[in-house]
Amino acid sequence: MQFPILSVIVFTPMAAAMLILLIKSERKNEIRVTALAAASLALLLSLWVYFSYDKAAAGYQFVEKYNWMPMLGISLHLGVDGMSAPLVLLTGVVMFTGVLISWGLDDRPREFFAFLFILASGVFGVFASLDLFMLFFFYEIAVFPMYLLIAIWGWIKTREYAAMKLTLYLFIGSVVSLIGALVMYWQSGLHTFDMLALEQAAFSPGFQKLWFPFVFFGFAVLGGIFPFHNWSPDGHVAAPTAVSMFHAGVLMKLGAFAALRVGIMLLPEGAKSWSWLIMGLALVNIVYGAFIAMVQTDFKYVIGFSSVSHMGLVMMGFSTLTRVGLTGAGVQMFSHGVMTALFFAAVGMVYDRAHTRDIPRLGGMVKPMPLVAVAFIIGGLVSMGMPGFSGFVAEFPIFMGIWQVRPLVAIIAAISIIVTAAYIMLVIRRVFFGSMPAEFEGHIGPVAVQDKVALVFLCVIMIGLGLFPSLMVPWVQTGVQHLLSLLGGA
Amino acid sequence: MTAFVPSNILAILPEILLLSLGVLVLVLDPFWKEENRRLNLGWLTAGGLLVVLAVSLALARPSAPVLVFGGMLRYDLLGFAFKMLFIFGAAITALFMMDVEQVGRRAEAYLLLLVAALGMSLMASAADLVMLYLAIETTSIPLYILAGFLTGDERSTESGFKYLLFGALTSAVMLYGFSLLYGFSGETSLYALAASFPTFSLLALGTIFLVLVGLSFKVSLFPFHFWAPDVYEGAPTPVAGFLSTASKAAGFAVILRLFTVVFPSLSANWSLILAVLATLTMTVGNLIALAQKNIKRLLAYSSIAHAGYAMIGVVAFSQLGAASTVFYLIAYILTNLAAFGIVTAFGHVAGSDDVKAYYGLSRRAPTLALMMMVAFLSLAGMPPFGGFVAKVFVFAAAIEQGWVWLAVVGVLNSIIGLYYYMTVLKYVYLYRMEGEEEEKHPIPLSRPYAIALTVLTIGIIAVGVIFAPWFGIATGAAMNLF
Repeated sequence: MQFPILSVIVFTPMAAAMLILLIKSERKNEIRVTALAAASLALLLSLWVYFSYDKAAAGYQFVEKYNWMPMLGISLHLGVDGMSAPLVLLTGVVMFTGVLISWGLDDRPREFFAFLFILASGVFGVFASLDLFMLFFFYEIAVFPMYLLIAIWGWIKTREYAAMKLTLYLFIGSVVSLIGALVMYWQSGLHTFDMLALEQAAFSPGFQKLWFPFVFFGFAVLGGIFPFHNWSPDGHVAAPTAVSMFHAGVLMKLGAFAALRVGIMLLPEGAKSWSWLIMGLALVNIVYGAFIAMVQTDFKYVIGFSSVSHMGLVMMGFSTLTRVGLTGAGVQMFSHGVMTALFFAAVGMVYDRAHTRDIPRLGGMVKPMPLVAVAFIIGGLVSMGMPGFSGFVAEFPIFMGIWQVRPLVAIIAAISIIVTAAYIMLVIRRVFFGSMPAEFEGHIGPVAVQDKVALVFLCVIMIGLGLFPSLMVPWVQTGVQHLLSLLGGA
Repeated sequence: MTAFVPSNILAILPEILLLSLGVLVLVLDPFWKEENRRLNLGWLTAGGLLVVLAVSLALARPSAPVLVFGGMLRYDLLGFAFKMLFIFGAAITALFMMDVEQVGRRAEAYLLLLVAALGMSLMASAADLVMLYLAIETTSIPLYILAGFLTGDERSTESGFKYLLFGALTSAVMLYGFSLLYGFSGETSLYALAASFPTFSLLALGTIFLVLVGLSFKVSLFPFHFWAPDVYEGAPTPVAGFLSTASKAAGFAVILRLFTVVFPSLSANWSLILAVLATLTMTVGNLIALAQKNIKRLLAYSSIAHAGYAMIGVVAFSQLGAASTVFYLIAYILTNLAAFGIVTAFGHVAGSDDVKAYYGLSRRAPTLALMMMVAFLSLAGMPPFGGFVAKVFVFAAAIEQGWVWLAVVGVLNSIIGLYYYMTVLKYVYLYRMEGEEEEKHPIPLSRPYAIALTVLTIGIIAVGVIFAPWFGIATGAAMNLF
């Protein structure tokens, strides 16, 4: 039997969380070092999984299956395909950088890292799960710690409201999907929650059309789809930096990914008949999100709404149900995850020093923290979809995909590129350039070395992927190939 | 019907041991000095119950179901599984009682607890109307006394008296139902009754209603839930915990047996009635819980709502449904005992059951706060705790039998539930005590509490993660019904 690498990845953060809870709360440095060690291990393992994934063989790899409850056909069935391998890697990256960014956190770091790692375990679990029951199990584990992380360590003004709103939205979404999943389980007559078996269940078209919206939109709430996106900017803003990174970087992908895996892959006929609705809502996400981002004066809300807009592109890619569109969506999930993690890290660094996120009051930040400015600009270029950066690799295929299906939608969606460029450049100019307000003179300290490492690491990934798309696109393509075969296409 | 067989003793081994333990408590009590009583009595009862549990598990496990003692009892896995649950619940409750003023030092309290557990055990295996009624009364009367045990406290007296009045009334109505059941067939044995129970008549349906009144009271099903909050609030907290867990589970054991064995011919009718009652129970319980300011009342309404969730499995009227109800009760007993135990431990030090008294608990007692989070999240139905799997199973059972709307009602209710459980956790984790000097107000946990709460917390996680063996037991119990 091969080394059970996926279970090690899934349970490493959980074990680390338990370990951290055993350390005395005063020994903050030991806690941080343990957290960093666990995060590095998870990152290395996810890198290893990603690069040793055999693209030629495709399909699900590193498969492990333990019968957990044979009576109802529940098993701990783990495996990654070309769609989920990049997301496992993304989680490793965000977890690692998140720990670096939170190094300076001083209020109960023990509980903070423990909750963050429990969340990370849940996220890894969802990406690697091939069993529908376990997917829900991990999904809920990923949702709840968010409440505590935001409510305890978040921005004091809105944290209670935002945390409660986020948790209720996500819980409602997940239980709606759960009902759909249980209906699928009985309808299939297979008495198994194994998704590989359920993929072949061949549900009747009528059944698929009826239940697809419940399953898909229940998960898509976490993907931030309009009109259920409202929890997301509030949540982003209220969360502490590392949690915003996790939240926007990984958690929203969790929703999109689960919607893809459970919604589109298990109910492909339903996806075909509802794709118009997904496309319409995603279009609102993209354009409306971009416009709202432009009028925000709070630095973090700008990024929050830009996430809504970019996640709309992921959903838009799904809705095309074409090879290019889905490939773009797959890459966009990774690219946006890294980009938005970088954005929130940068915003957090500015806020920690200036103690305000009000854009009109900021300015001239390039001088005290040049690296942050450069990193933010790189993130901005990714966000605008500039060639040479990962954003281009992701967004260009999505637009191509939409063009093939509905050219008019592509034209409207393209407005968002211009708006995105506008708000990103505005923010860069106002926050980082111009003259620094007198109140900040001499108060803005340099950023810590851990922060620099995190920023550089994230930038390298985005540029690397932009210059060498072959580092990711072939992976995603194998996943898309499988998806298309389920959809009955090529 | 069989004559007396010595091996039948095994069928009532847990009961015999419970009674012996009760006698032992009474006999030893006068020999102990006043200052030793609390420790001696508590440890003797809890330890004795553990021995009962271990011996019963080792010797008295049933194989094929069989009627014993002239058909009075049925020696089967359903009854046995519930008995083990009650004994476990009583052991934990005994530990929780030790530190409660006016209760922990009194041998009567422990004796009453043991007798109530004895009654519940008989309820779970009763196969005859006469036995069933006797068992229900054997359970209820000690519990009336325990609820009113704090004689100096008006609220406790009120609690005991209210419980008695409601209990006597509903029990009388149920007895009338039993007499009608006898009238249908001239039989008192449940298993003989089933054969001659009519397929449909208004009278039969009315009889089901009358019986349901008494059982609804036991499990606090709408509209017979009114007693629960007042009784829980006034009763000593560990007793309230026992009422809301073991006593409720005993009611469900009877409901499962009666409805699947005696009334299957009318299942189409009563399923719908129970589905409506479950809906109302969940919704009313959860909605009123939203407004509660006292943690014991909040838990009382939450336990009403949980009776509704557990009822979903009964409504499904299938083997999976019955198994999921049993599993639900296993998870629920662990969880709710933990919740009440935490409230007892906290109330003992802080002297208040106000939800606001919980401000800053995570700084005053991080471990207790963590345990509270585990218990409350399990109640809310979050993984990796028992409550999540239990809820999924009852919903799955409902959907299997086409009760999709009931499952939808269930999940909507669990969202309301999540809200108020999280509100309490918010006070625990977010808010500060007045003066922000939590370090000066720690909540020390005495040894019995520490042991009981640790066992329960581990249990909640064990049921939530390694659920297959527990579900195996539940399925085994359910198979005795179908």
